[in-house]
Amino acid sequence: MSTIWNDRAGTPHIGRPQVRPRYPAPSFARSVWLVATREIMARLRSKAFLISTGILLLISVGSVVAGSIASQNLTMPKVAVVGSAAQVVEQTESFTMVKADDIGAAESLVRDGTVSAAVVPSTRADALLGVRVIALDSPPVGVLAALSVTPAVSLLEPTSRQSGGLVYLVSLGFGLVFFMSAITFGSTIAQSVVEEKQTRVVEILMTTIPVRALLGGKVVGNSIMAFGQIVAIGLLVAIGMATTGQFGLLGTVGPSIVWFAVFFAFGFVMLAALFAATASMVSRQEDVGSATSPVLFLVMIPYFLVIFFNDNPTVLAVMSYIPFSAPVGMPMRIFLGTAAWWEPLLSLAILLASTAVVILLGSRIYSNSLLRMGARVTLRQALRG
Amino acid sequence: MLDIRTINKRYGTRQVLTDVSFGVESGRLTGFVGANGAGKTTTMRIILGVLSADSGTVLQDGVPLTSDDRRRFGYMPEERGLYPKMKVGEHLVYLARLHGLGPASARRNTAELLDRLGLGERAGDLVQSLSLGNQQRAQIAAALVHDPEFLVLDEPFSGLDPLAVEVVMSVLSGFAAQGAPVLFSSHQLDIVERLCDDVVIIADGEIRANGPRERLREQHSSPRFELRTAADAEWIHTVPGISVLDLSGGVAVFEAETDAASQSVLRQALTRAPVTQFSQQRPSLATIFKEIVQ
Repeated sequence: MSTIWNDRAGTPHIGRPQVRPRYPAPSFARSVWLVATREIMARLRSKAFLISTGILLLISVGSVVAGSIASQNLTMPKVAVVGSAAQVVEQTESFTMVKADDIGAAESLVRDGTVSAAVVPSTRADALLGVRVIALDSPPVGVLAALSVTPAVSLLEPTSRQSGGLVYLVSLGFGLVFFMSAITFGSTIAQSVVEEKQTRVVEILMTTIPVRALLGGKVVGNSIMAFGQIVAIGLLVAIGMATTGQFGLLGTVGPSIVWFAVFFAFGFVMLAALFAATASMVSRQEDVGSATSPVLFLVMIPYFLVIFFNDNPTVLAVMSYIPFSAPVGMPMRIFLGTAAWWEPLLSLAILLASTAVVILLGSRIYSNSLLRMGARVTLRQALRG
Repeated sequence: MLDIRTINKRYGTRQVLTDVSFGVESGRLTGFVGANGAGKTTTMRIILGVLSADSGTVLQDGVPLTSDDRRRFGYMPEERGLYPKMKVGEHLVYLARLHGLGPASARRNTAELLDRLGLGERAGDLVQSLSLGNQQRAQIAAALVHDPEFLVLDEPFSGLDPLAVEVVMSVLSGFAAQGAPVLFSSHQLDIVERLCDDVVIIADGEIRANGPRERLREQHSSPRFELRTAADAEWIHTVPGISVLDLSGGVAVFEAETDAASQSVLRQALTRAPVTQFSQQRPSLATIFKEIVQ
């Protein structure tokens, strides 16, 4: 300690007494990777993240299992039959038959709700099938459809080979998973950007590594986590379908799930860059929500569109090419079988190009906003620098 | 040796730095002194490349600094901050690795530094769980963990208790002793006076004084002397060219018009009685600072 008190003013300076060790600066990729690893570790240590991921995985497995139970319990409607009408009903193989002794007994079964309708022999000359249907208060559409004779139909422009209910479920699944993952990891990346700004650690980071490496690391780290979550959900759904014996469904949904993962990987990188850039314009956690809300809309719009318009081929076709909605729109069209083989590739190329542009713009906004504390940085300031 | 040459910086219509030039010598502690808003932080940010200057350059050994050079700097920003939810030790290792250290040397440097700063036992604690003083020590560790070739510290002593001030002072002197140039700003002029070899004084964005501390003190010395002798010094009134300011017994404070006049006082004093002290009064840094800035 005594050296401090000495008056060293007169000491002549003679070069450097000792050569300090020199550490080569890490490469750009190495810096990105170091930042990404820290982001991942921070996520894995957050209880909130682990719990929300667990819930999301449980929901996806649960929905597969619930679907399988529902399809197994699907029971055929009960129909009361009298006498010779039994043969007609049997041919349809669509009903559980309850034999009634006479028309009166059948009518009372209909009245007390045991059966949804009764089919009784008809002696009238205009009864083509030789049967008459008795129902409570309205014509039983399902029963009539099963009993009626329909001519063969050929569709000139078939829209889908999938059934309506399944289409709805799959669109809901893609929409929800995209929406949830994008929001979760998007807001995570936004918060971590503002955390660095708010705690001022960013000034040390900026003097240590290039700003682009910092942004790159955050985007890469969070994208890996988001993609990992998507792959985990996809695998769990596939395993769930396989173990509950829904191989048919797995065959029809499988390819679109794989495409979904591919589109998501790149789509999320773009969203992550946008979240980081918009968040960097504010200095406090309280302002993150309002700053990133435009990006949130970009994520929510495809979610609602795919749920409301999953039966509208034009809307889906447009969605499948717009970069923000392509991760939902294109897998949906692949699932429906309405996309030609080259369409996902073209859409992917558009997505990649726009991701590159967004990253360039985003890193510009990010670098220009990081050191501006206090009031929110306007977009013009952020772009101009 | 770092050379800051004619740096100018303007925020909107406000000129914050005007032709700022000074040097930071290797192996020496340079204190950067100025009032709030004088331009210290802006200058340091420009040296570190966090801000860009409107004009002027920063040279290291005569060559303009690149961002790779700056990566070998140690920087403690004015606004403190580390990740609150990271463990202190892991945080330092992370920063060291960003600077290019391998995992092993990053861990070794971290452990050594935490021990030196008296934080060895807190390595596993979260940054947010440390007291403010300890967070400050961790912040200093963050600036040193990669064995920087050059240190720039913005107010490293603010918020430290006297004990921690001593620890940090010894760490900084140790650093300079190894040959690294150290530049730090401070409001605490007594610390700068004790610690620094060189002083740079900035006011309103202009460098008002700069150079070795002692030379600065000499330049601002008044022709005022103090004499202490064993006998009464009443005779001093009779020496030509001398005006006595204060006299009580053998202690006299006087101003001399010329060096010859002050020397003749000394000679006469020696013939009359033993002299215990004869000195030119040197102003403290605080006095010089006030004089220069006003």
